Amino acid sequence: MKNKNLQMLGVVFSAVLLAACSSTDVEEGGEVNSGQSLSGFDGSVSGGSGAAGAQGFEQNEPAAEEEQMADLNSVFYFEFDSSSLTADARADLDAQIDRLRDSVGTIRLEGHADERGTREYNIALGERRAQAVADYMVLNGISRYRIETVSYGEERPLSFGQGESAWSENRRVELK
Amino acid sequence: MRIFIACLLLFTSLARAELTIEITRGSDKPVSIAIVPFGWEKGVALPDDIAGIVSSDLHRSGQFEPFKREDMLSQPKTDAEVFYRDWRALGVDYLVIGQTKATETGYAANYALFDVNQQRKIMSGDESGGRSNVRDIAHAISDRIYEKITNIKGAFGTKLLYVSARRLEGNAQMFRLVMSDIDGAREKVLLEQREPILTPSWSPNGKIIAYVSFETTRPGVYLHNLETGQRIQLTNYPGINGSPAWSPDGKSLAMVLSKDGNPEIYVMDIKSQVLRRVTNHFAIDTEPDWMEDSKSLIFTSDRGGKPQIYKVDVATGRVQRLTFEGDYNARGRVLAGGQGIVMVHRVDGKFHIAVQDLKRGRVSILTETTLDESPSMAPNNSILLYATKYNGRGVLAAVSIDGNVQYRLPSEYGDVREPAWSPFLR
Repeated sequence: MKNKNLQMLGVVFSAVLLAACSSTDVEEGGEVNSGQSLSGFDGSVSGGSGAAGAQGFEQNEPAAEEEQMADLNSVFYFEFDSSSLTADARADLDAQIDRLRDSVGTIRLEGHADERGTREYNIALGERRAQAVADYMVLNGISRYRIETVSYGEERPLSFGQGESAWSENRRVELK
Repeated sequence: MRIFIACLLLFTSLARAELTIEITRGSDKPVSIAIVPFGWEKGVALPDDIAGIVSSDLHRSGQFEPFKREDMLSQPKTDAEVFYRDWRALGVDYLVIGQTKATETGYAANYALFDVNQQRKIMSGDESGGRSNVRDIAHAISDRIYEKITNIKGAFGTKLLYVSARRLEGNAQMFRLVMSDIDGAREKVLLEQREPILTPSWSPNGKIIAYVSFETTRPGVYLHNLETGQRIQLTNYPGINGSPAWSPDGKSLAMVLSKDGNPEIYVMDIKSQVLRRVTNHFAIDTEPDWMEDSKSLIFTSDRGGKPQIYKVDVATGRVQRLTFEGDYNARGRVLAGGQGIVMVHRVDGKFHIAVQDLKRGRVSILTETTLDESPSMAPNNSILLYATKYNGRGVLAAVSIDGNVQYRLPSEYGDVREPAWSPFLR
């Protein structure tokens, strides 16, 4: 019951802020950007006011595509401290790209790192890997606007162990 | 259903502390202090043992060795009952006595501190609080005693934020953002979800926190009011939304966004929510923290090939490299007073916490474990908390700035990481 009240309070608070901010929202040029400041104040799942890159990622692929995808490798692994695509990763990616060329759905690339090093730096490394895959896709004819990259850094390991075998499983990009 | 789970959680967290403390190394020459169990008015049973909490606070500082209760020759409750020669014979340097009583709204305690060698009372005082604030009364007494003897402001009444992750079926995990007393007691789950939470950061007044949450399946920077429980999502840009860090003047939040192609440091003015881009480089720029003047930031960048810590002037964008020793220095945090930084420092493939003197550039390694990260310093610069691995699990550990004192806060609930030590709250 208490929780529900808090949630209600949150909604009211959000609405007030939303109203307050929309009247004082300042657009400035160059390096300053305030256009995004209202996003998420509605408390709903993906926010989204004016988030250019977040538009068009509905993530509803046809069932047939999913079946086809199940046969292909959708996880691409990386060497330590590297965002270069290995020969294996390229081969797997080529197969995926053939499939994706014939479709129109959105493509989500999730970048990951192993647990060594700091968490936010690993978020950046994961993004670099996801972007390397995205760049390779674009180079091979996939439209940039279809691709969204999200980095989880070291937060979502595939292997929870320690040591090189676990770490090598975790340095990866997953195609969703 | 959700409410039911929340209630269940509340119950379990009351029933068992997530963090316990194991002191692994103390100072070479700790001060011997006897904290006599406090007396109380007849019929009043306190829910917590004030003398016990004060003892464990001072013990955890590493600078004190509390004298065992069972070895005390007497347990005085009033000044008249103190016999210095008994305590001197036991090798005790300082003595604390006190009494508690019930008030209309809660409890009150008076206490006195004696210098046994000089045979005189050097301090007395009283503290009071509500029925659920006995621990606050105890921590306040610890702060006063600590400051009187060491001349350093006590930080026992401060709070801790951390993130815990418990593995569920498959690769799924349950993430919690938790706030507790700095000794791990009285934990409160602020947020629980299956998507990652990281980098909690305190506002300078200790009332609002910022952190990164993936709850929308994308990262966002959130603000969370600790008094009201209200949360707002501050950013939702494509790419990274990370590393929030509050400026010491409370006006701005530094953060990392990669909306323009790669991770850069931005500063958001909280009131207007206007963003200003601070760095401009194709390399990774991340993990900002503020210098004390709120005018410049330190951050991690691999613009030189390997991650190193740099300083940037927010107004001019001028960048200066700070770290030169080793091939991996990251997540720098500025010490109160600004004379140094603590950071993650790699030696021979092992990640340690190190402190660097900013004037002379000298680096001292503080920890001996190998996957150490997320250093967070006490506001009095005495002890820093960090995350490490122990027996294959993520735990929080602490080390004093001279490296002499170490303790661990192992968790009974999954892996624990991302400690953030609050500012002074009183």
